Amino acid sequence: MRKRLDTGIRPSEITPEGAYVNRRALLTAAVAAGLVPSIMSCEAATLPASGDLADVKKWPGSTTEKANTFEEITSYNNFYEFGTGKEDPSRYAHTLKTRPWSVQVSGEAAKTGTFTLEDILKPHSLEERIYRLRCVEAWSMVIPWVGFPLADLVKRFEPTSNAKYVQFITLSDREQMRGVRSSVLEWPYREGLTIAEAMHPLAFVAVGLYGKVLPNQNGAPLRTVVPWKYGFKSCKSIVRIHFTDRQPQTSWNMAIPNEYGFYSNVNPQVDHPRWSQASERRLGGLISPRIPTQMFNGYAEQVASLYTGLDLVKNY
Amino acid sequence: MTQRSVVIIKVLIWAGCLAPLGLLVLQVLGYFGGLGANDVETVLNVCGKTGLNLLILTLCVTPIRRSTGINKLVVFRRLLGLFAFFYLSLHFLTYALLDLGLLYPLLYGQTAAGISPAAQLLADIAERPYITVGFTALVLLIPLAITSTRAMQRRLGRNWQKLHRLVYVVAVLGIVHYWWQIKSDTDAQPLPYAVLLAVLLGVRVRHWLVDSKAAVPPSYQRVEPPQAHEKTSH
Repeated sequence: MRKRLDTGIRPSEITPEGAYVNRRALLTAAVAAGLVPSIMSCEAATLPASGDLADVKKWPGSTTEKANTFEEITSYNNFYEFGTGKEDPSRYAHTLKTRPWSVQVSGEAAKTGTFTLEDILKPHSLEERIYRLRCVEAWSMVIPWVGFPLADLVKRFEPTSNAKYVQFITLSDREQMRGVRSSVLEWPYREGLTIAEAMHPLAFVAVGLYGKVLPNQNGAPLRTVVPWKYGFKSCKSIVRIHFTDRQPQTSWNMAIPNEYGFYSNVNPQVDHPRWSQASERRLGGLISPRIPTQMFNGYAEQVASLYTGLDLVKNY
Repeated sequence: MTQRSVVIIKVLIWAGCLAPLGLLVLQVLGYFGGLGANDVETVLNVCGKTGLNLLILTLCVTPIRRSTGINKLVVFRRLLGLFAFFYLSLHFLTYALLDLGLLYPLLYGQTAAGISPAAQLLADIAERPYITVGFTALVLLIPLAITSTRAMQRRLGRNWQKLHRLVYVVAVLGIVHYWWQIKSDTDAQPLPYAVLLAVLLGVRVRHWLVDSKAAVPPSYQRVEPPQAHEKTSH
């Protein structure tokens, strides 16, 4: 792993004044010309390409369970765009270029178009949320994410009343992502939520981890985190957000529909067709007890009302 | 093949077969980058794959012996087979003791509320097809390991051969077990194993057909005494 040189210099200090003044002038001109929706422009944001994130508030709802180490969280990933091995992303994701980055917003929303990463991040203040992450493979971690509520981002695009679902799409570039050359999944990776799920206060957009900029293997520069669903429902390295009136395609559901459903809520009572989901192994220790998997990964109190009347066995 | 070369090859086999275990031990101690974030899975995978590799290697001995005429090769077959059994047993023990967590209450006298590793083990064996298949394969290997000695071979006579054909069933079940537990159908990691096993089975079927046509005792039963042409093979 690359070691960060702590020089105490903020990236904004490195950028020559002329450069960002020019950028602002360009952006202003672009807004004036109608190229960039004005609501999203303003100033260039301050998300550095790597290193520490500034002004991160602690979220009071964080779990008090012991978090996994930075090393564990960044060396054991399912990110098939970089290979199917758990160590592949940490080995190969350095080829991903996260700057410049832009996200295309489309479908049933008032504010659609292409937004730069800076546009996306600008109005949000960052907070640290320590969430449990339960993988469908029956292991789990505790992860201190840094980011902001997904609802705050979704609202800015002003989804219309037709927007019943939102789909997220991961970058698919065989030049930067060696795993995309294999057809293990149908690329690009896509995931989706109902609008109500996306607007839930627990749904999160992560741009950081352990107070630092999100490492590439964890889905830089921005990813969703939906803590009450299995890990694969989160979408990494997002390049497109699409609002739609019908249930969108989701990658694992397309690959094996009888094993991976659209909802994929963590549910100890609904087993994977091939293995039990009743318990999980918290990573970080060769000799550790298995722990019972909690309904909605322990977030039932907050999210169960989203599924009132829904048959969770049928809608796995 | 001289007695000396047999000893040298045996030493090499011991070293090669113990190497994966040695590496695991060193990784537990933190060398070679450690076991990784999911240490239990690493141990599980190394033992399972090494066991399967050795099982396939064991099945390669007879075809190689037939095509080269070096009958002495059979003395290495038992060693490889027993090492395969050793790693597959470790694979199972890792699953039961570390993955399901049977060891934790044994060591610390407690486990999380609502969790019974023993009940989960029984439920898995009964209800999870890939575990049922894997467990069956391991159980079938037990009589083969017990009867692998020369004395047992003599005592069982022709029945020994019949009994040890179970190894083909074990290999097929092992690959099915491997295939059923991977996450995606499109992940072809077990494919090379399946292809190799198919080839090995094909070679045997051909031999059985040839042997039954010739109506002579199959040559592979003539393990001892050593054949005359053996002396010229080194």
